[in-house]
Amino acid sequence: MRALLIRDLTLALRAGGGFGLGLAFFLIVTVLVPFSVGPQAELLQVIAPGVLWLGALLACLLSLDRLLALDFEDGTLDLLVTAPLPLEAALSVKALAHWLTTGLPLVLAAPVLGVLLNLAPPGYLWLVASLALGTPALSVIGCFGAALTVAIKRGGLLLSLLVLPLYVPTLIFGAEVARRGAGGQEVTTPLLMLAGITCAVIALMPFASAAVLRMGLR
Amino acid sequence: MSIWSYANPVKFLTLSARVQPVLWVLSLAFVATGLIWGFFGTPEDYRQGATVKIIYLHVPAALMAINAWFMMLVASLIWLIRRHHVSALAAKAAAPVGVVMTVIALLTGAIWGQPMWGTWWAWDPRLTSFLILFLFYLGYIALWEAVEDPDTAADLTSVLCLVGSVFAVLSRYAVQFWNQGLHQGTSVPVATGGRSVDDVFFYPLVLCMIGFGLLFIALVFYRTGTEIRLRRAAALRARAGRAA
Amino acid sequence: MMPELGKYATEVLSAYAVSLLLLAVLVLWTLRRGRAARATLEAAERETGRHD
Repeated sequence: MRALLIRDLTLALRAGGGFGLGLAFFLIVTVLVPFSVGPQAELLQVIAPGVLWLGALLACLLSLDRLLALDFEDGTLDLLVTAPLPLEAALSVKALAHWLTTGLPLVLAAPVLGVLLNLAPPGYLWLVASLALGTPALSVIGCFGAALTVAIKRGGLLLSLLVLPLYVPTLIFGAEVARRGAGGQEVTTPLLMLAGITCAVIALMPFASAAVLRMGLR
Repeated sequence: MSIWSYANPVKFLTLSARVQPVLWVLSLAFVATGLIWGFFGTPEDYRQGATVKIIYLHVPAALMAINAWFMMLVASLIWLIRRHHVSALAAKAAAPVGVVMTVIALLTGAIWGQPMWGTWWAWDPRLTSFLILFLFYLGYIALWEAVEDPDTAADLTSVLCLVGSVFAVLSRYAVQFWNQGLHQGTSVPVATGGRSVDDVFFYPLVLCMIGFGLLFIALVFYRTGTEIRLRRAAALRARAGRAA
Repeated sequence: MMPELGKYATEVLSAYAVSLLLLAVLVLWTLRRGRAARATLEAAERETGRHD
C-alpha cells in the first residue's frame, strides 16, 4: 500500500505528471474573477469565499481524469484489480495520492488567493479549515467518477457531467462554512455537516468505486 | 407463477402487449378528464387567480419526475441483485420520461412563478433540488449512451443510480439548509393524510396525477419493449456475424 | 366555452401549451423509435433466418 502511494506521488510530481496544473488553474480562475465582475473591493469581499471554493472544486475536477486513465492505458489498473491488495484499499490510496498532490496544495494556496479577492480577515481560518475538510471528499467522489468513466473513450467531459452533481452537498456546506466564517457568524452546524459528509464518503465511496471499476474492466 | 417469470423478455413482451392498450386508453382518459375539468370546470383561486390552473400540470409532473427516479432505483437494484435484463432496460427506458417530467415541472413552475412570486426563477430549495435532479438524469442518460457493451452499461448506470440517489437526498437537505424557500408546502401531504388544496381543485388534480402515473407506466412498457427488440436485433446480428 | 382567465391568460395558456407539446413530443418520439426497433428486429430476423 505504501509502495503504491509513493509510486503515485512520484509519478504525479515528475514533470508532465500534472502536479501544479490544478494549482495554476486555481490561480487563473481567481485572477479572472475580478475581470468578469469588476474590481470593486466590497463586491469581491462578498463573493470571495464562494469563488475560492468553486475555483478549488474546478481545479480538483480538472485533474480527475488523470487519476486512473494513465494506469488504465499502461495496464497497471488490470494488475491492481487482480492484486492481493483489495481494490477498495488501492483506490483509497489513489484518492489519497490525488488529494496530496491536488487538494492539499489548493488548501495551502487558498489564503494567498484570498488576499487577491479581499477576503474578510476572520474568513482565512475558516476558508482553510473548510477546504482542508472538504477537498478529501472531492478526491474520493472524483475517484468514483473516474472509475465509472475509465473504460470510456473520451470520457473526460462525461466525467465532469457525472461528478459535478455529486459535488453539490460538499460545495454547499463547504462554501457555507467559509461564507459564515468570513461574515463572523456561527459555523458549527455546516462544519459538522461537512465533516460528516467527508467521513461518510471516505468510508463508503471506495466500495462503490471498486465495484464500478471491476464492472468496467471486465 | 411468480412476478419474476416476467423477467423473461418474451413473457414480458406478451404481457406488455396485453396491458398496453388498456393503459394508454386509461391514462389518456384520466389526463384528458382531469385537465379539461381543471381547465374549464374549476373556479379561480382568490389569491392566485387563473394561474391556479397550472397546478394540474405542475404537481403531477413533479410527482412523476421523482417517482420515475425511484422506479429506476428499484429496477437498478433488481438488475444488480437478480441480473434480469428486462429490469435494466426498464430503468433505461424510464430515464427520458423522467427528464421530460422534470422539464415540465420546472417550466410550468417558472411560468407560474413569474406572476405569483414576481420572478421566473428563485434559488428556492425545491426548485434547486429539481434542477439537481435534472442534472442527475442527464448524467445517467449520458452514461448509458457512452458505454458500448450493454451489460457493462447496465452495471455502471445501476451503481450510478444508487450512488446518485444517496447524493440527491443529501443535496435535498443541503439545499434546504442553504436557503429557506418561497415554495409552498406539499399540495398532497400523504404522510399526514391532510391536504392543503381545496376540494374544488383537489379532485381534478387527483385525476391528473393518476393519469400522469398511468401514462408513465404505459410509456415505460412501450419503451422497454423497444429496448428489448433493439437488443435482440443486435444479438442476432452479432451471432450471425460470428457464424459467418 | 372558453373560461375567463383574466389577466393571467398568457401564463396559463403558455403553461398548458408547453407541457402538452413536450408530452406530445415524448410520446411521438417513443412511438417512432418503437416502430424503427420493430423494423430493425424483423430485418435482423430475416437476414439471419431465425424466428424463434
